[in-house]
Amino acid sequence: MRLELRGITKRFGSLTANDDISITVEPGQIHSLLGENGAGKSTLMNVLFGLLHPDEGEIIIDGVVTKFADSGEAVRRGIGMVHQHFMLVPVFSVTENVVLGFEPTKSLNRIDYKKATDDIRRVSKEFNLEVDPDAIVENLSVGIQQRVEILKALSHDAELLILDEPTAVLTPQEIDALMAIMRSLAASGKSILFITHKLKEVRAIADVITVIRHGKVVGTADPTASESDLASLMVGREVELTVQKDAYAPGESVFEIRDLVVRDDRGLVVVNGVSLDVYAGEILALAGVQGNGQTELVEAIAGMRPVESGTITMNGRDITNESPRKILDAGLGHIPEDRQRDGLVLTMSLADNLVLNTPRRPPFANHGTRNLGVVASHAEQLVKDFDIRATSVKEPASSLSGGNQQKVIVARELSRNIDFLVASQPTRGLDVGSIEYVHRQIVNHRNRGNGSLVVSSELDEVYALGDRIAVMYAGKISGIVDPSTSREDIGLLMAGTTAGTSSE
Amino acid sequence: MNDIPARRRSILSLWMTLTSQNPVIVTILALVLGFVVGAFIIIFTTATILDAFRGFFNSWGAPGHALKVTFDNVGAAYRDMFTGSVIDPAGFWHSLTTGKGWDNTLTPISETLTYATPLVIVSIGVGISFQTGLFNIGANGQAVLGGVAGAVIGSMIKLPMFIHLPLTLIAGILGGALAGALPGVLKAYTGAHEVIVTIMENYVIYAFLLYVVLSTPYQQPGQANDIGRTIHASAQLPPLFGVASGLRVSYGIFVAAGVVAFAWWFLERSSLGFDFRVTGASPSAARASGISPRAVIILVFLISGGLAGLAGVVQVASTTHYVDGTFLIGDAGIGFTAITVALLGRNKPIGILWASLLFGALGVGGRAMQAATGIPFDLATVIQSVVVLFVATPVLVKEIFRLRAGRTQALQLGTQGWG
Repeated sequence: MRLELRGITKRFGSLTANDDISITVEPGQIHSLLGENGAGKSTLMNVLFGLLHPDEGEIIIDGVVTKFADSGEAVRRGIGMVHQHFMLVPVFSVTENVVLGFEPTKSLNRIDYKKATDDIRRVSKEFNLEVDPDAIVENLSVGIQQRVEILKALSHDAELLILDEPTAVLTPQEIDALMAIMRSLAASGKSILFITHKLKEVRAIADVITVIRHGKVVGTADPTASESDLASLMVGREVELTVQKDAYAPGESVFEIRDLVVRDDRGLVVVNGVSLDVYAGEILALAGVQGNGQTELVEAIAGMRPVESGTITMNGRDITNESPRKILDAGLGHIPEDRQRDGLVLTMSLADNLVLNTPRRPPFANHGTRNLGVVASHAEQLVKDFDIRATSVKEPASSLSGGNQQKVIVARELSRNIDFLVASQPTRGLDVGSIEYVHRQIVNHRNRGNGSLVVSSELDEVYALGDRIAVMYAGKISGIVDPSTSREDIGLLMAGTTAGTSSE
Repeated sequence: MNDIPARRRSILSLWMTLTSQNPVIVTILALVLGFVVGAFIIIFTTATILDAFRGFFNSWGAPGHALKVTFDNVGAAYRDMFTGSVIDPAGFWHSLTTGKGWDNTLTPISETLTYATPLVIVSIGVGISFQTGLFNIGANGQAVLGGVAGAVIGSMIKLPMFIHLPLTLIAGILGGALAGALPGVLKAYTGAHEVIVTIMENYVIYAFLLYVVLSTPYQQPGQANDIGRTIHASAQLPPLFGVASGLRVSYGIFVAAGVVAFAWWFLERSSLGFDFRVTGASPSAARASGISPRAVIILVFLISGGLAGLAGVVQVASTTHYVDGTFLIGDAGIGFTAITVALLGRNKPIGILWASLLFGALGVGGRAMQAATGIPFDLATVIQSVVVLFVATPVLVKEIFRLRAGRTQALQLGTQGWG
């Protein structure tokens, strides 16, 4: 399929999300759409997939101007979309998920499972997408689930596949496998629109790169362009991809975890005998595919999840199973994994969010009455110091971009005079510019001689920050290595040394 | 907008505000819609209007006549509602010129305030629980228990007023807080859903009320009916203008004003209120920032129940002076009306004050209207309901009046409590 978007413009009120965007995808081409969060990539894809209607411009498929009333029509015209968050029913089998909404039927409207299964076998063989059609989706690893999504699109005879940030949840090995699939799809004549903000992947796989910034196409690049060139095109200024750190000079141990056991909400042991030490003046990066117990480990450290056995010690003080308030007051800074759920109160003002965990301390309150003047001036100061882009400290946190929301949390935690920082996925979903900023703040905290534990499933981040790298797999530390260790070796540790079988 | 003179610009921005979808405008327009819907109900249920319309095409003068009859009837209904609940301009003029009859002139507004006084107090308690994301549906039972506790203390012991009255009020607060503590503690420690517990608790308390008013120490001596003893004068909130005036509005309005002021400080300025609001807006963020959900849940129910209890005892001390078997249970029950009032006032103390006055006026005015025109009192209830319905669906109001998209603030129902 040859797809052309010509002059697409989409406005939301006064905001122009897409401004006169034109791109062309040739048959058999992998076309990368590179841009920061909020650049307008998702809007463009929703226009293309019939979920939004453009205010101006046209979609041209194989030379014919086309209008989609809804996404069903886009599917019928051969456009398939693999969403960032999978749209699968966990308790259904692969077959059931693939045919969902387009079930082949026998007489009396019965679903023809045999035909469905045969179709899937045929398609998966044709494109080298190995999946067991009878497997239940919730038992599959994330990488395989994504394959099911791709299979679903292909079984509806998609000629153009839109992959929206497809690598966000994958291990390095799974990413390699996905790229192989993408190449074989392109070789068989399918067109692929690959949306991402990860520079490495773009360079590895794309035939053509289109960079979008503030809703406009700001340029196209060859895959041979350097990462820093792509980054500056994307952000609109020079970007430091790896923050400079002072020489590594670890002090004494400031944070110790011993034989920690923690259960998740379902009562399963998900942290199973973890022991870690973090020294003053170092960042210990904890790598691992999501869902291997990192989330629960951090929650246990912050006092939000009970510890079954083992101890957590900060600066010689046992904080195991203390209340969150005691732990925060003892000097723990916590950048939670889900910033919108745990880190901020989205409906409340910036100023209130900046004192979220210190509202009753002087000078912010006296004898139970809040001192709103001090709260406001404190907020003004932090907005300036931490370069938070906001029109007013009174506006609700929900009105900020993701990067600025994270800056609010970073500002709150690092301005609080803390001894030890736990940061969980501190730059997830952030754009290159904000990543650079958050990394610099964390490194500054380390350079001042403090210890930090940074949990991340992004290997780039693990390498950029870690003075030592611990890898977690299935609730255990599968290894603690030096940052000079290769990606492949860390990838193997992340997969528990047997690639492709990461468990839920 | 730079080339527009400053004066024009400020008018322009006022116009922009008036035509955009902000909470105050939506509430006012919802009120307008409530009266419009009420007008149609009057039209379709009044025989004289319908008769006039039946002859609509019969003669050239008929349409005009039909419209005139409509306006006369609807106008009379709403006029009676207003003069019966706020003030009668004719009576006011008469009093002003002759200096006589002030009591009669002030009776409507006095009745409205009397009705609104306990309603403000209990609604603020409910509003605080909503702002914290908890649904206290048990305010009625809590108010009843507060009233009972106050009535017992007020009637069974004798003390000088400066001790007796405060003691009676405190007994009411404690009675309500006790009733609130139960669902609070159950929710905090076992996760029992507060909606279920509070609804059920209401019935337990109603039964307890009957038991108390039928049992020897408190039952009115010489009575076989479900009527309790009358509280002593030393435990009463006296009428503002003296017993002789006949105006029922009492010193209770100062209690209500105090509660509004306290609630404003509590929610907008106090650290604990901040914790409450954080918990209501995002329970997970509250936990992560060191707020103890258990402590907040229990405190909310103590405060919310305590205010409901205060409302109950204010009702006893200022208006009824005793409790009987149907105390506060008749009609919808004040604690249930409070839910609607809190929603209408967007759970904010000042908003709840206005909403209570509105509900008070509609309730009192509705009765005056029924007496004067024969249109059933229930019309007032319909208007109340329609107003709340429109306030709860700002999108609808926006569409009807073609408002500009503005600060879209759907009503915060605090629905986390249902989860």
